[in-house]
Amino acid sequence: MSIEIINVTKTFGNYTALNNVSLVIPDGKLVALLGPSGSGKTTLLRIIAGLDVFDANPKSDIRFKGKSVIGHRIAERQVGFVFQHYALFRHMNVYQNIAFGLKVRRGKNWMPRQQIRERVTELLHLIQLDNLERRYPDQLSGGQRQRVALARALAIEPQFLLLDEPFGALDAKVRQNLRRWLRQLHEQIKLTSVFVTHDQEEALELADEIVVLNQGKIEQEGTPDEVFHEPKSAFVMDFLGSVNLFHGRIEGASVIFDSKTAGHRPIFVRPHEIDLFPENPNTGGLPTKVRRVQLAGSIVKIELQDESQREIFVELSHEKYNVYNFGIGDTVFAVPQRTVVFAEYYSI
Amino acid sequence: MKHIVPATIIILSLLFVAGFLVLPLVVIFVEAFSKGWQAYAASFREGYAWSAIQLTLITAAIAVPANTFFGICAAWCIAKYRFWGRNVLITLIDLPLAISPVIAGLIFLLAFGQRSFLGSWLIDHNCKVIFAVPGIVLATVFVTLPFVARELIPLMVEQGSVEEEASLSLGANGWQTFWRVTMPNIKWGLLYGIIICNARAMGEFGAVSVVSGSIRGETNTIPLYIETLYASYATVPAFTMATLLAALGIITLVIKTGIEWKIKRDRKKASN
Repeated sequence: MSIEIINVTKTFGNYTALNNVSLVIPDGKLVALLGPSGSGKTTLLRIIAGLDVFDANPKSDIRFKGKSVIGHRIAERQVGFVFQHYALFRHMNVYQNIAFGLKVRRGKNWMPRQQIRERVTELLHLIQLDNLERRYPDQLSGGQRQRVALARALAIEPQFLLLDEPFGALDAKVRQNLRRWLRQLHEQIKLTSVFVTHDQEEALELADEIVVLNQGKIEQEGTPDEVFHEPKSAFVMDFLGSVNLFHGRIEGASVIFDSKTAGHRPIFVRPHEIDLFPENPNTGGLPTKVRRVQLAGSIVKIELQDESQREIFVELSHEKYNVYNFGIGDTVFAVPQRTVVFAEYYSI
Repeated sequence: MKHIVPATIIILSLLFVAGFLVLPLVVIFVEAFSKGWQAYAASFREGYAWSAIQLTLITAAIAVPANTFFGICAAWCIAKYRFWGRNVLITLIDLPLAISPVIAGLIFLLAFGQRSFLGSWLIDHNCKVIFAVPGIVLATVFVTLPFVARELIPLMVEQGSVEEEASLSLGANGWQTFWRVTMPNIKWGLLYGIIICNARAMGEFGAVSVVSGSIRGETNTIPLYIETLYASYATVPAFTMATLLAALGIITLVIKTGIEWKIKRDRKKASN
């Protein structure tokens, strides 16, 4: 009940960025807004922060801890916002950046200099940059800038923390470390946080809950387990990891591959949920040819092609692969172990 | 052999600069001092000289702050917002550069002159614009309008508004955001615009000459006064006044170079 978004729509001219979205961000959770570009995820985050205003509608509302914040300026909302490219003040050093939100306080919220120093020192320690307070943003690495941006947002003791593509501008290795660090930090401070990402792996690894957005609508919300293993739509299935599409029908435990007779349905199978056999098993497999085998990595990635030249991706463990040891050009039979069929058709 | 082409081009450029820039500048000072220090100093003691200097300073003191304010406002709107008429505004800002200063002067003459509705109404209410100080100030403001805005627009467009958004999200109000975030980011570009604007405001001849009527001691700015003096064969006083404008130009160039050097150094620091 921490943040409630009720029937929010946002249009830019003819373009609908958000289409009647309702969502509840639970207290103390780290929630990911996941979706492709143009899905409305950043717009939603900016609307929560007050950086953008949603379309006026008496039925729409945004509530923080039960109270409507419509008409509240960004400054009044007390949300920590971490911008995509950090938006650090380039003419201020690390210390001044973090202290900014405290120094601009006026009236009854005014903070004495000594108290500001204590708070900033505490935050510098939290982000593990104790010795870099005199550095300017252009003298920091991407990961360090990201952490300064986070400390700056946390300095104002926000009610919520909002992060826009927090790892978007970092290279793979730094990203891994920072992700883990952010997760630990969240467990430490338990601040309700929402982050935007287009990277499904990031969302699955980091979030307590994932909200999958597509074309301005929420496709599904749930824990990483739920959205990954029980996708409600073909879009979610496709967006969270790679997927193979077959046509046919399911009879009992086996799949009949058949795209010619009427009544066939699209069948989705994850690459790691396909088994391969050198001989056609009784249950009936799809005959395919091996195109490519990628052995480097923790699993073996195999690219197959069926008779109608469609590509099929399969992931096997090294042990399993070593039993059959297929070579390029061999014929193998693909048998789905677990299939997903959706009522609504969606082409990928 | 391969050095000949660049060497020739460099020598030609230097000769060109010497002939068209350095030589005239030297001539100004040589002529001003041709009758010695006393004559030079005496030229300033002449009553109308001082009033011309005063009027020039007053005009610049109004035109430069006015255009600085306008320039910041216009650049802010153009860089931070998308609104109807934005492109029209960008084009209009450049207008004073595109039309001849004499035409600019004529526009004001027609708009505020005796024969216009507005002009006659103002004269009836005891407010003289044309052939008076207000006209000179108006013409100068018009001619120098683009300089600050043109300097700031590309700078502010490039910087975007994300730092301002960050500032607001951290609880700063609009005023604090402007002074603590926007201003430090544009200060060098702004200063650059201001000194160029000032140089032009003090040196403007064409537009001012149309609206001023060149009344000695009343509506003569330095450039107009120089022209009047020279036309009446007062060579030494004319060149003496010219040394003032030349000195202003040189100082402006020195400051401009200094600022450019500073901006370059900041950029270099930023890219490291």
